[in-house]
Parts: sequence; structure tokens; C-alpha cells
Amino acid sequence: MPTEPERPPAHVAFQVFLDGLMAAARSVFFYVLVGNYVGMGALAHEVGFTFWWMALSTLLVWAAPAQVILLSTLTTASLWEVALAVTLTSVRFLPMVASILPVMRHPGVRQRDLLLPMHLTAISVWVEGMRLLPLMPAERRVAFYNGLGTGLISGALIGGAIGFVLAAKLPPLLGAALLFFTPMAILMSSARNSRTLIDGLSFALGLVVGPIVAAQKIGLDLMWTGLIAGTMAYAVHRLREARRARTP
Amino acid sequence: MNAMLHATLHDLGPVLALILFGFLPNEVWRLVGLMLVRGLDEKSQIIVWVRAVATAMLAGVMAQLILSTSGPLAGIPVGVRVGAAALGFVAFMAARRSVFVGVLTGEVVVLLGTYLFAA
Repeated sequence: MPTEPERPPAHVAFQVFLDGLMAAARSVFFYVLVGNYVGMGALAHEVGFTFWWMALSTLLVWAAPAQVILLSTLTTASLWEVALAVTLTSVRFLPMVASILPVMRHPGVRQRDLLLPMHLTAISVWVEGMRLLPLMPAERRVAFYNGLGTGLISGALIGGAIGFVLAAKLPPLLGAALLFFTPMAILMSSARNSRTLIDGLSFALGLVVGPIVAAQKIGLDLMWTGLIAGTMAYAVHRLREARRARTP
Repeated sequence: MNAMLHATLHDLGPVLALILFGFLPNEVWRLVGLMLVRGLDEKSQIIVWVRAVATAMLAGVMAQLILSTSGPLAGIPVGVRVGAAALGFVAFMAARRSVFVGVLTGEVVVLLGTYLFAA
């Protein structure tokens, strides 16, 4: 038997991409994104941006918290303040990209094959990717993740379009309530997906440390929350591994 | 002060402003993430730690969205947001960890609460 090909043939890759799209349609995040972006589209209309600007911001930025900042401050605050606020909320992409890309890397994957997965990484895609990618052979993961990300970003584009068109008929508080979909989905998907001690512990500690750090008003809240709570969870994980290694 | 520090949306136009002050400051973190992990594999201890940091940041984002007192969510009282998250979580557990049930419950509670308690 010949050795396994390192890159699947194009038609297989396309089939896997479609599997990823289907996985997106089955994900609760698809519907959460539609709902959330209905709120965002309505906000865009209210502030005075165009339909296409809203769609472009979803394609380019692809981060709900940063987009909310853009929509609510771009017309009023100085652009440097806006950029600073966006960059502070987006620090999370560094560890997210850094932890998901190694799951996709294997000998046939070139660095440039990882550019699209890098850009598609957002909370929803990361959470679902972390759950689903380990279940499949390594050479299929890039195509699957691209399908998953494309499917989920489509949900956001559809929601944004609906919200923009409906905006005039949507009471502002309903729009705000729709933006609440995101934190709810993060909370429950994380609870469902945390099968290991370190996952559950990092999330729980992040919930506690986050507001404490924010109350100190030292700035860079998210970064400190991640570093403090994540390192604590990692330390507990290492201690437990060490103890397990010692007891036969 | 020079003009660039006071650049506004009006000076640049919405698309250029989006690219320079929305896309780039956001995308830079994804690029740094890509650069840093060249050659690392998913089992390495650094990646295990980085994943814990990412998960904790996710929890931080969630806490921020639920507790924030500014932005578009500010119209919904914090008590309503916390209550909706708690009730949604209870429904999620009761429905044998169904994210659909949990999210829908939370959203219904936030809508009802907003309708009843928002100023």
C-alpha cells in the first residue's frame, strides 16, 4: 500500500469544505450569530452606515465586540481612540489563533494555507473548531475549518442584512436584547465543551478574575484576565499531572 | 496637536476608516498568533497554556458583555442581564446541556426583563 497522500485531492477537500458548511448550519452559533447580527445591522442603520459598509465590516473584522465598538464610536470618538478600543478587545485572537492552528498543522500544510483559517478564527469558529477538529483526520482539518468559518460568517452576513433592512421597524431595546445572544452562547457552549479540568477551570477562573481585574481600572482587562486565570488553571493542571505521574 | 491625531470619520471616508482603524488593529492579533506558532504542535505544553489563556479571555469577554455599563447593552439593566444569564444556564442544565434551550431561555428572559424593567 502506498503511503497516505499528504494533501487530499481537490474534490475530497471540497467535500470536506461542504461538511464544514453543514457543521456550521447545525451549530447553535449559526443562529446565535444571525440573531446577534440582526441587532448589529439595526445599530449600523441607526448610526448611518450603509448596507455594504456593514457587510464589509463583518467580512474584514469578523469580531462582534470590535464591530459593536466601531458602530457605536466611529462617528463620535477620535479614530485613534477607536483603534485602541478595538485592539484591546481583540487581544483574545492571539491565543485563539495560536491554539487552533497547531491542531490543523501537519506535514502537507503550508504556512499560506493557514491564512484563511487565521482570518476566519472568531469566538464561534474557535469554540466549534476546538470541539470538532480533533474528531477528524489531520489532513482534512484545514478544509473543514474553512467550511465551518465560511458557514458561520454567512450567518453573520445574513443577520446583519436582515437587521439593516428591518432597522426602522425594530425598537432599539429589542436590537440591544439581540446583542445579548453572544454572551449567552459563549457561556453555554463553553460549559458544554469543557470536558477536561483545565478547560472548565480556565473558564470559571476567567469569570471570577475578569470583573476583579476590571474593577482595578488598570486597563488591558482582557489581557490580564487571560494571563492570570489561564496561568492559574494551567498550574493546577500541571500539579495534577505530576501527582498522577507519581502514583502508580 | 497635529491633524492626524484628530482625524475623523469625515476626513477619511467610512471604508478607509474601517480598514485603518477597525480591520488592522483587530487583525494584528490574528497575525501575531499565526507567526508565534510556526513549528509548534498541538500537544506542546506552551499550546496547552495558550489554550487556557484563550479560554479565560473568552470568559472575560462574556463577563464584560453581561456586566458592561456602556455601549448598546447599557439600555438593559445589569440585574436583568445577570438574571437572564443565570436562568438561561439553569434551563441549559435542566435540558441535559442543550445550548439551544439555554440560549433561547436567556434571550426570552432578557426581552421580558427589558420590557418590564427598562427605564
